[in-house]
Amino acid sequence: MTPPGLEVLLEETLDDLYERAPCGYLSTLPDGGILKINATMLGWLGLTRADVVGQKRFSDLLSVGGRIYHETHFAPLLRMQGEVRGVALDLVTTYGPRLPVLVSATMTAGPDGEPLLARMTVFEASDRRAYERELLRARQEAEQERERLQHLATVLQRTLLPPALPRVPGLTTAGYYHSAAVEQIGGDFYDLFPLDHDRWGFFLGDVCGKGPAAAVVTSLLRYTLRATAVYESDPVSVLEALDSGLRQQRATGERGWCTVVFGLLTPLDDGFRVSLASGGHPPALVMRAGGRVEAMDTVGGQPVGLLPDPRFVAATAVLGPGDGLVLYTDGLTEARRPDGTMIDDTLPQVVAGLVGLAAQGVVDGLAELLTSLGPGLADDAAILALTVRGASLSPSD
Amino acid sequence: MNVRTRNRVTVSGRVGARPIVFAHGFGCDQNMWRLVAPAFAGDHRVVLFDHVGAGRSDLSAWDPDRYATLDGYAQDVLEIVDDLDLDDVVLVGHSVSAMIGVLAVVRAPARFSRLVLVSPSPRYTDAPPYRGGFTEADIDELLEALDSNYLGWSGAMGPVIMGNPDRPELAEELTNSFCRTDPEIARHFARVTFTSDNRADLGGVRIPSLVLQCRQDAIAPPEVGRWVHGALDDSRLVILEAAGHCPQLSEPGQVVSAIREFLPSPVPAAP
Repeated sequence: MTPPGLEVLLEETLDDLYERAPCGYLSTLPDGGILKINATMLGWLGLTRADVVGQKRFSDLLSVGGRIYHETHFAPLLRMQGEVRGVALDLVTTYGPRLPVLVSATMTAGPDGEPLLARMTVFEASDRRAYERELLRARQEAEQERERLQHLATVLQRTLLPPALPRVPGLTTAGYYHSAAVEQIGGDFYDLFPLDHDRWGFFLGDVCGKGPAAAVVTSLLRYTLRATAVYESDPVSVLEALDSGLRQQRATGERGWCTVVFGLLTPLDDGFRVSLASGGHPPALVMRAGGRVEAMDTVGGQPVGLLPDPRFVAATAVLGPGDGLVLYTDGLTEARRPDGTMIDDTLPQVVAGLVGLAAQGVVDGLAELLTSLGPGLADDAAILALTVRGASLSPSD
Repeated sequence: MNVRTRNRVTVSGRVGARPIVFAHGFGCDQNMWRLVAPAFAGDHRVVLFDHVGAGRSDLSAWDPDRYATLDGYAQDVLEIVDDLDLDDVVLVGHSVSAMIGVLAVVRAPARFSRLVLVSPSPRYTDAPPYRGGFTEADIDELLEALDSNYLGWSGAMGPVIMGNPDRPELAEELTNSFCRTDPEIARHFARVTFTSDNRADLGGVRIPSLVLQCRQDAIAPPEVGRWVHGALDDSRLVILEAAGHCPQLSEPGQVVSAIREFLPSPVPAAP
C-alpha cells in the first residue's frame, strides 16, 4: 500500500510522465523527421519545441561524426531489424558542450511491414562514457605494452641465434628455429663458428625453462662455449668448462641448466672428422650417402649445470662426400602427429628420406614435417644440419 | 584463399541470366540489399557479398596493407567476378562501394556492361572549390564515434567472430549484428573511405552509368551527386524522393524502378 500522503504525488498524468521523464523521448518518421519530443530532451538540447518538431531530423541533433555513424549504422539497422539498442552518440547543444548519450530505438510497422514510426529513448551518459574512455585508453595502453614486449622478445631471440650460418668450405649448412609462443623467448639455441687451422665449432642445445631466465643462461653458455673452444680441443672438456660456468652462476641466484651437443669439425682430404660430446642431449644423426642413418652413441651423458659431477659422453664420426649430420632438440622428437604418436623413434626413418639433399633441403624437410603438425607442436624446436659436398650433391647446393 | 568464403559470396536468381552484383558500403553488410536484390532474381543472376572485414566475411583475410586503399576492395570485386566467371556484369555499388565499383570497372572494363552508383561521393572532405561536405575534424569525430561503440563489440561479438560453430544462433541473437565488425577494421575502413579522393578515376569509366541521388543526404549531398554525374562520360542522374544515405532501405521501390529503367532489356537465358 502506498503510504498516506504520497497519493497526491503519484497522481501523475501520462503527459507529465512523458514530458518530465528522466530520459529523452522522441518520435520520428521513418526518415528521421521529428514528430514529437519531450521536455527533458529539449532541455538538454537547449531548444524549443518549435525549433525541432517538423523542422529537424534526428540526425540534425548529432555531432557530424555521430551523424555519419547514424547514417551508416544506426538508420540502416533500425530499418533492417526494427530496433537498435544502446548506441553511443553525441548531441549538439545550444549552450556549448556536446552531451554524450546512449540511444535505443524501435520501429513501429504497419500491417504490411511498412515502417511507420520510430520511437527513441535517449539516456544521458557523460559519466559512463568518461569511464568507457578510460577503459578504452587502458586497453590501448595494454595493447601497446604487449606489442612492445613482443618486439623485445623477438629482438632478444634474434640476438641469441646466429643471424646467418657462416660459409664452411666443403659443407652445406642450414639451421632452423621455431618458437612455439610468439611472445615468449624460447630456450633452444645453436651456433656454428670458425676456429683455427680450418677447424669449426658447433653446438645445439636446449636450456631448461623459457623466458628471460632462459635467455640469460643461453647468453652465458653461448659465450662460454665459443670462448672455451678457442683453447680446449676436447669437446668433453668444453662441456666441463660450461658446467663450471653454469654452476658458478648459481651463486648469483640464476639456476640454469641445459642439454647440449658440442662438437668440432676438422677437414680431411675428402670430408670432415666430427668429434663431439653430449650432455644429456638426444643423439646427433649421421646421414650416410648410401641412405643409412646412424645415431652417434652418446647415451649416458648428463645435463650440463644440473648435477654435482656430471658425465659427458664423447663420440666421433667421419663424414665422407654426400654424408651429413643432423642435430635437433626434443621439440622435434616430441612433436605429436595427429594420431597422438610422437615423431620420436621414427626420426631416423624420416631423416633417411632426406639423404642426398643439401643441408637446406634436410632442414626444410624436417621443418615441413613440424609445420604440418600444426597444434601438435607444443615446444620450441631447433635443427642444425651439415652435409659434405660430394658427387651426389649438385654444384649449386 | 577461397574467394567465395572470404567475401561470403551468395548467388541466387536465374541461372544463365545477366549477372547483377551488389556491393555494400561502409557500415553494414550485404543485408543492406535485402529489399532491392530480390526484385532482380526473376531475370538476373544476383550476386551479393560482404567486403572483407564486414558482416560474415573471413576476418582472417583482412590485411591492413591490402586494404590500405580502395584498390584492395576493387581487387576483391574483380576476383569475385573472375571466380564466378561473370561477364556483361551490372555492378551496383552503394556509398563508398560506388567508388570501389568505379575502380573495378576502370581496371577490367571488358567484364562490366553497366555501373550503378547509389549515393556516391568521390571525396568526402572539402578541397575548395570542390565541396565534399566534411572537414578533417569531422572525420576524426566519426572515428571517435566508432570508438564509443567499441566496448559493446569486444565482449559480445568476439567469440562469434573467432568461430563458435557449436552455437551458430549466437550470431543471429546479437543486436546490431549486421553492422558490427572488429573495431580496428571498422576504424581502418572508415579512414580509408573518408580520406579517399577518387575524383580523377570517374573519367576512366567507359560504360553507361546511373547515379542515384537522394534529395537529402547528410553524407553525399545532391551537389556531390551532380558533380559525379558531370564527371562521368555517359551517365544518367536520378534524384530519388528520399532522405538519408541508404535509399535501398528507405525507398527500395524507387531504387528498383530506377535501375530497371536504366538497364537494357535482359538477355533471355539460354534454354
